[in-house]
Amino acid sequence: MNEAMLLEVRRIAADVLRKSLDEVPASGTRDTIAAWDSMAHVNLVLALEQFFDIQFKPEEMLEMLSIELTAMLVEEKLAGRGAR
Amino acid sequence: MTREQIDNLIAAGEVAPAAEALKAFLRASPQAGTAAFVTSRFERIAGRLSLTRQKIAFLRSFTIEPMIPVLRALAYEAGIDAQVMVGDHNVIAQALIDPHSRLHAFGADVVVIAALTRDLAPALWHADGDLDVAATDAAEQLGAWIGAFRSHSAATVIIQGFEQPPYATDGLLDALGGANQRRSIEAANQALADVAARHRGVFLLDYDALVARHGRLVWSDAAKDFAMRVPLRPEAYQQLAHEYMRFLRPLAQKTCKVLAVDLDNTLWGGVVGEDGFDGIRIGVDYPGSAYRAVQLVLKALQRRGVLLAICSKNNPNDVLAVLREHPEMLLRPDDFAAMRMNWDDKAANLRAIAGELNVGIESVALLDDNPAERDWVRSQLPDVHIIEATSDPLEMIEALRRSPVFERLALSAEDRARTGQYRQQQERSAAAGSAHSVEDFLRSLEMKATLDEVRPGTLSRVAQLTQKTNQFNVTTRRYTEEEISRFAADPNQFVRTIKVVDRYGDNGLVGLLMGRVDRDRCEIDTLLLSCRVIGRDVETALLSDAASLARARGATLLAGRFRATAKNAPAGDVFARHGFTKVDDSADGSMWQLDLSHQSVTTPEWIVVESAS
Repeated sequence: MNEAMLLEVRRIAADVLRKSLDEVPASGTRDTIAAWDSMAHVNLVLALEQFFDIQFKPEEMLEMLSIELTAMLVEEKLAGRGAR
Repeated sequence: MTREQIDNLIAAGEVAPAAEALKAFLRASPQAGTAAFVTSRFERIAGRLSLTRQKIAFLRSFTIEPMIPVLRALAYEAGIDAQVMVGDHNVIAQALIDPHSRLHAFGADVVVIAALTRDLAPALWHADGDLDVAATDAAEQLGAWIGAFRSHSAATVIIQGFEQPPYATDGLLDALGGANQRRSIEAANQALADVAARHRGVFLLDYDALVARHGRLVWSDAAKDFAMRVPLRPEAYQQLAHEYMRFLRPLAQKTCKVLAVDLDNTLWGGVVGEDGFDGIRIGVDYPGSAYRAVQLVLKALQRRGVLLAICSKNNPNDVLAVLREHPEMLLRPDDFAAMRMNWDDKAANLRAIAGELNVGIESVALLDDNPAERDWVRSQLPDVHIIEATSDPLEMIEALRRSPVFERLALSAEDRARTGQYRQQQERSAAAGSAHSVEDFLRSLEMKATLDEVRPGTLSRVAQLTQKTNQFNVTTRRYTEEEISRFAADPNQFVRTIKVVDRYGDNGLVGLLMGRVDRDRCEIDTLLLSCRVIGRDVETALLSDAASLARARGATLLAGRFRATAKNAPAGDVFARHGFTKVDDSADGSMWQLDLSHQSVTTPEWIVVESAS
């Protein structure tokens, strides 16, 4: 797991969920972070898509159960694209 | 500034700097995540800022929630505190018609009807059935809802028009005698425009144009639409927020009445003071063609009622020559309601322009290629709207067209004629004020001039000046270094140079006078100035010096010839201005004479003259 990437994902999640960075740890999940409801999830996914210039499938959105899993998915997407 | 630094400012109660930092943050990273951050922080300080509150209700057929934080951040940037209500999915009619709906309880200032073609007019979207009827029905239905709403609300209504599908359902056949889906959707939009025209405060948002501008195929995300009714991509949500701002700004009166423009590398390529009248890039060839296109956009803004003004560090005479006489210019002196061309600070000049045109400083926008000037103005006058563009003219064009601050929801005949009105006013006050201000300007330059004879070290510059100078040049005689040095070697002749230093730096050797004494008469062979110093009375210092030299050699007449060329109009009145009398007019130009026995030339006190020899 790329630490810089993880930090970037936490940063974007904190912005979208209107939390401080500390409130969005890598281990945070949709159960432990109360603000992370389904609308916030859509907002987070779109913010990540825009920032990293990637596009998620609906199936992938369902796998984003924690910040760490989300960051891993972003990393896979970017790796799959071959660039960066 | 980082998020943490902004939070520290907010915690310390530094509200205004925090607001400016948040705006800068959004400019640097105009993204959904950043917008959410900016909105959340503005919420904390909004109560202590002077903002215009706008209550906006969205009645929608699709998920628009991801657009809201972006819209609110852009609104805060514009000085608007946007309070937003989002209606339930597809309860548009009920919300509008029922006077007890949530919409009415909210008390909206602005109601946006954001429905997609496929939701509000599925027959049009799928080209299924009689499309003429479908088009009429779709518009009439919306019209009836709006009519019902108007019977109990005066709120502004924005109707989002119907968008075309990326591919016509019938493919090529659509335009070849098939369903004619494209034409039917256009007809529905025209009918919506008619609905809007029937009511006060109802406006049509051309959603199809917005989608087309950014690209139909990259606008939507079919997978997320099918899975969770999120039909647009993040970039599309962002562009949609920008499009709404084009309406919200004029409704909240957060637009600009005046656009102040820089000149060099903004209206034309190059620097007129350096490259000269003939050296600037403007016209049919690139990059001049791109600058011409900038001027076309400015003309269009002017027709929209925007006043144009000049705010430029330049010699007024250089600029006026270009504005009046350059054949490729589209903008002429009459196109500008105010002009500030000097070496003063741009923030002060913008304040003066706002004062002259009698508008608030927040009504002034600035287009300037120089990032240092933009930053300076932003730091001094945070309320001036800076057009965000680099020095690339194509980027300037895009930024001007994209900008929401020049949007108008209606245009009166007065708006279109506005520049002319200001011009008349300006001409009236010019007689009273201009002489005074030009003198102030010249004094503010703190010029020091050094007169000297030509020397080995300056010979090549002197020859170069005779070769290159076209504008302020009375005879336009070209000399080589060899010819200059021979001219100077004759004891009856002299070659005088002038260097000018001002508070902004050293202009170098910028002027030349060559004279020949023949008994009681001294004739000026050459008098020229670099365009850098035209309009600063530097020629007066040269003429005064020539008069002294002529007198010292026993002459009683100082004579000069003016030979007109296509380019030397700036020097046309130099002899008349210095008390010379015209004694002859021939094919070889006009001959002028100053009687040294009882006339003299006095250098104005704002040029301190030293003589090196």
